[in-house]
Amino acid sequence: MIPRHLVIGVAVLLIAALGLSVYAWRMEKAAGSRTASAPDTRPLAPPVAGPTEVVTLFVADDNDGTLRAESAQIPMPSGRQQRAEELLRALLSIYLDKSSTHPLGAGSEVRSVYLVDPGLAVIDVNAALADTHRSGILVEELTVASFIHTISANTPGILKAKILVDGQERPTLAGHADLSSFYDVSAVNQLAVQLQSSP
Amino acid sequence: MPSTRKRPAHTRQVFFTAQVLLWAILLSEVLLSLAAAPEKHLSVFSVAANYSLPLVQRDRRDYVGLLEVLEPLGKVTARTEGSRWRLRYNNNVEGDFQAGKLRARIQGRDADLGGKFLIENGRGLVPLTSLSSLLPRFLGGPVSLREETGRLFIGSVATHFTAALSGEKLVFNFTAPVNPSIANGAGMLRMTFSRDPIVAPASPNLTFGSKTFPSANYSEGNGAAIVTVNTSTAVMASFSNNSRTITISPAPAASQIAAANPEPPAGGPQTSSPPPPSSSSSPTAAPPPAVSPTPAPSPRRYFAVIDASHGGDDHGETLSTTLLEKDITVVLARGLRQELESRGISTLVLRDSDANLSLDQRATYANADHAAIYIALHAASSGRGVRVYTALLPYADDDRGPFRSWDTAQHAWLPLSQSTAAAVEAELQKRQVPVRSLAAPLRPLNNVSGAAIAIEMAPQSSDVSQLTAPDYQQLIVSAVAAAIAANRDQLGAAP
Repeated sequence: MIPRHLVIGVAVLLIAALGLSVYAWRMEKAAGSRTASAPDTRPLAPPVAGPTEVVTLFVADDNDGTLRAESAQIPMPSGRQQRAEELLRALLSIYLDKSSTHPLGAGSEVRSVYLVDPGLAVIDVNAALADTHRSGILVEELTVASFIHTISANTPGILKAKILVDGQERPTLAGHADLSSFYDVSAVNQLAVQLQSSP
Repeated sequence: MPSTRKRPAHTRQVFFTAQVLLWAILLSEVLLSLAAAPEKHLSVFSVAANYSLPLVQRDRRDYVGLLEVLEPLGKVTARTEGSRWRLRYNNNVEGDFQAGKLRARIQGRDADLGGKFLIENGRGLVPLTSLSSLLPRFLGGPVSLREETGRLFIGSVATHFTAALSGEKLVFNFTAPVNPSIANGAGMLRMTFSRDPIVAPASPNLTFGSKTFPSANYSEGNGAAIVTVNTSTAVMASFSNNSRTITISPAPAASQIAAANPEPPAGGPQTSSPPPPSSSSSPTAAPPPAVSPTPAPSPRRYFAVIDASHGGDDHGETLSTTLLEKDITVVLARGLRQELESRGISTLVLRDSDANLSLDQRATYANADHAAIYIALHAASSGRGVRVYTALLPYADDDRGPFRSWDTAQHAWLPLSQSTAAAVEAELQKRQVPVRSLAAPLRPLNNVSGAAIAIEMAPQSSDVSQLTAPDYQQLIVSAVAAAIAANRDQLGAAP
């Protein structure tokens, strides 16, 4: 004969376990739906304070395969490296806009720009940018030329540039544009001039 | 007493140590002999491609991967289901193999393998000897297997040759361009044809009745054909007639060399020609090691090398749900080859099947063949018409002495590449095709040591299916071929 108090104790524990399971299941479901539905509205980088400046961005246009110089007024920090990062983030915000003439995939980011003396710029983009980039010689070289020429035009003294994806070297951006070598900035600037003229 | 008990134990220890040492020595000997053994190869010669595959030894037989044999010849897929291995070639021939079995079924009919079929890491291995019966079933045509020498001929691809004296020289004439490696040794010159389907003359031993060139002989081994010319003096070889003729002549005397080359340029590039060897039979006649005054012209096997970009795992751009860039480039490459060859330009297509080929391999093949022009073909859905690209050279250190930087190997040829691109652009404009000429950071253009361009074909309207239209493809490849043919002299004159 099992004592009565033991039966009651086990029953209470079973009910408590069942209740907790239901609660945990509902919590998990609620958390899942929140993750799925809520967009990530966190800022990509801390907001830049300080005075704004007029800068020139070189924006790609897939319609005619050109680069177009566009003036933009953006807040610019004082550090060279931070300025280069802000330039590319301003460029990226244009490409991520729905009406962009050179759309990049959702979630594309410029993680960092490192300016290393003498004259080296390392542009580190995230994997989403490369993974969602459209494939093709022209469409890829427009992205590369747009990034490098924008930095070079606003940051004197850059001689060579390297593009990394998530901090790692990749053979190409999306199957064509070479990312394994250092770009010769003067050659890219000449290409940018070619690309600014309509075909 | 204790000492008498210890002694046998000590002896046993010594004996055991000696045994371990002996086994270790034996094992290292076996390993060393295995390491020293040259890897065996099978050379395959076909109209589509010439290639070499490694052979593996199993059950004292030579085995080869069947998928690897067929892959460069057509579209091949294979899958393993337990102990079964199924192979599909060009979507119309099916083979069913089972691990450990001596027979396979091809198109529902039995085929004898002459040994067990093996599956290793998903690879289907067949005995080398079975290729002569298996391949005709898959390819629908005859093959000729030389099992002892590791050479396989698919179709009528053999290159024949004749050798005859012409004054002081020995002239070899081949029925197709050849590219042997040439080694000079004491009293002989050896030409090794690893990538050419050379076959034996009527007799493997040739005699010429000449004091300088008494005889020559032909042999085959490990996938290569070897022609050894016996000589009584130092000789040199030169190529002519678009690499169809090899002329072997006595090397110039030392005094002539000194007159032609009073002093080699200090720090400049060294000649690639090896110094003539000293002859054991007539040491006084042999010139001292020196650079050749006029190095033999580079053996140019093909004038143009066409590269169907992407392939295998690399699909390139997905142009539509059913259309991949890698498939369009192969079709374009075949069309361009036909157009060039109809204009008398010898052409090699680097990728004529759905094979993986790295960018470095593509450049290496183009450079090894000393092609006058390398043309990479691409297709794109964005933009309109055709884009013609030349290399956007990366930032790189200068060349080091005689060595060129791999990243900027194109540097010296960039002006020629640009003028060729301009000629192609002009020809396309003539035919009312929208065209644009640009630089691009596109490998392997920058690694090619010769004129190099890339053609990217986009549709003329927003309809991507135009890329598959034979008329549109023909319009473009004929324009490219016409431009190259018109610039043939300029391209051919480049080093």
